[in-house]
Amino acid sequence: MKQFDTGEGASIASITERVRALPVSLPATSIHFLGDTAVFVGAEENAALIDEAGEVSTVAMHGGAILCAASDGRRVVTGGDDGRLVALDAAGAVRVLATDPKRRWIDNVALHPEGAVAWSAGKTAFVAGGRGEEKTFEAPTTVGGLAFAPKGLRVAVAHYNGVTLWFPNMAAKPEFLEWAGSHLAVTFSPDNKFVVTAMHEPAMHGWRLADARHMRMSGYPGRVRSMSWSAGGKGLATSGADSVIIWPFTSKDGPMGKEPAMLAPLQARVSMVACHPRQDILAAGYSDGTVLMVRLEDGAEILVRRNSGAPVSALAWNARGTLLAFGAEDGDAGIVAL
Amino acid sequence: MPDLTSQRIPVTVLTGYLGAGKTTLLNRILSENHGKKYAVIVNEFGEIGIDNDLIIGADEEVFEMNNGCVCCTVRGDLVRIMEGLMKRKGKFDAIIVETTGLADPAPVAQTFFVDEDVQKNARLDAVVTVADAKWLSDRLKDAPEAKNQIAFADVIVLNKTDLVSKAELAEVEARIRGINPYATLHRTERCQVALSDVLERGAFDLDRILEIEPEFLDAGDGHDHAHDHHGHDHHHDHAGHGHGGLKHYHDEEMQSLSLRSDKPLDPTKFMPWLQNLVATEGQKILRSKGILAFTGDDDRYVFQGVHMMLEGDHQRKWKDGERRESRVVFIGRELPQQAIRDGFESCITT
Repeated sequence: MKQFDTGEGASIASITERVRALPVSLPATSIHFLGDTAVFVGAEENAALIDEAGEVSTVAMHGGAILCAASDGRRVVTGGDDGRLVALDAAGAVRVLATDPKRRWIDNVALHPEGAVAWSAGKTAFVAGGRGEEKTFEAPTTVGGLAFAPKGLRVAVAHYNGVTLWFPNMAAKPEFLEWAGSHLAVTFSPDNKFVVTAMHEPAMHGWRLADARHMRMSGYPGRVRSMSWSAGGKGLATSGADSVIIWPFTSKDGPMGKEPAMLAPLQARVSMVACHPRQDILAAGYSDGTVLMVRLEDGAEILVRRNSGAPVSALAWNARGTLLAFGAEDGDAGIVAL
Repeated sequence: MPDLTSQRIPVTVLTGYLGAGKTTLLNRILSENHGKKYAVIVNEFGEIGIDNDLIIGADEEVFEMNNGCVCCTVRGDLVRIMEGLMKRKGKFDAIIVETTGLADPAPVAQTFFVDEDVQKNARLDAVVTVADAKWLSDRLKDAPEAKNQIAFADVIVLNKTDLVSKAELAEVEARIRGINPYATLHRTERCQVALSDVLERGAFDLDRILEIEPEFLDAGDGHDHAHDHHGHDHHHDHAGHGHGGLKHYHDEEMQSLSLRSDKPLDPTKFMPWLQNLVATEGQKILRSKGILAFTGDDDRYVFQGVHMMLEGDHQRKWKDGERRESRVVFIGRELPQQAIRDGFESCITT
């Protein structure tokens, strides 16, 4: 079991004046880039599209709360408390992918790079699209999170007391990775060697897939709500503490027996993290509204947004890493070109 | 710290053994014209005949926290549902969580104590237990769940009183009081109780812990005096012994224990004692509550707890002329009464 302790601050430059405010007028719960079009997913009903020219258009997605969202870079798929799974493209076209017959909440969604979509309602996980017909898997308890493996059609289903690795197109028995507690968000390392969950308690848990060896990652004051793999999967950056906690995944043992890096400490809780897709830079949003860019190598910081009250609730880079967008719980939003 | 109480959405936990009338009460809450909108978390869809997009089905999934505390169980499904509901803040005024007839209310209540995000957005208002006047006495003998629900309650709706005689009603009330003398009790037919008597009670609000007195001492709840007079049993029978007209039962398994002291308590002794008590006996202690007068402290200190979880705070200054008396109550199963009394006594400043 590894714990971290507080680190040192670093010098600070500012690009706050280069940030363009966006009148999205919704509290963003996530941001996804479709090319250079930013999609701000709201807490309920709507999403806002911001095209390259900065034009904002609002699109109706759900009849109630939007509970989950995922993107493969070509579309954003959301699940709602109206029991619908809905896809949105960069042109603003909305398509209903599935409707739960009992109007159960669609709690989780994940997208496969080759077009398959996985979602869950209660204990049932579904996979559709790509090749093959719709498949379902009954988890032992309510599904807490879903993720596609980077290779093949394999889905990690997080639930109470562990993660089940499900192969929707194979007869093989699902593989169960056990660890007591409630597992929520789940993610595969980009090299397909590790699976990591954010738990209900303020900790993460990981397994090395080769031998199901455990990795306990704890010491957080709050629940980890945001995880992001750094460029090349070298580290996993996480929210939940007053600095960004980055667990090293460069060796074959992952973070086992190693200390995490702790960057950009503030007198506020890190609420969102988003690693740059190509460079060793990450963006971090805080509970006091601050947004920072942080260089992983030495922790050098650049101020993107000053603290302004409401917590940062969404943060994302475009695929090329030239645009960074953020949204806050009070509906404030901005974008900066780099 | 800003006062968040008013912004946090009140949550009422509605329990009751199978067939007691929970659904009847829920339907009333949802259909009556009270100008409020409730989000309702139910265990079985379809029982409620009202169309409302804020009725959510739950699975009652309990899990143990990995903190080494065996009774520290929470409802993970509730955490998830609360998170979803909070996205629709402003669309409803309060939340009602209905449990199954066989559920233990503790994991529901504990969810509102241990989960940071839930706590930030919502506050437990009260545990309301609907009981069947005709069958409760039997259930208290054979169903531990029914006893738990009575012991845990802040408000008890004793329903179907039209199906029992006065003697039977007195009997079942005495059995309830033998377990939980502190809950507010309402006698109803078809759950006809004023909704203000079951909702917005603030039973878990530290600011509203005013006094701790067994309810039966002032014979009911104040709204109901006519019934009280009928309810008294003037014929002592052999099953219990009389107390001011009410029969009195001691439940063998579940009891309440009340402690008081006119002398101030030593906070350096009391707090460690209380924390140790709930840490070691917390599985047996369902609910605890106290108003405390500490040595050299002009403020009233109040606390309340559910099993091993405690919260407490200075509440307000003792008023001039107010009797600085400490009162502590525990409701629990097979409480080590003498040990608790001795421990409490040892905290009195000499």
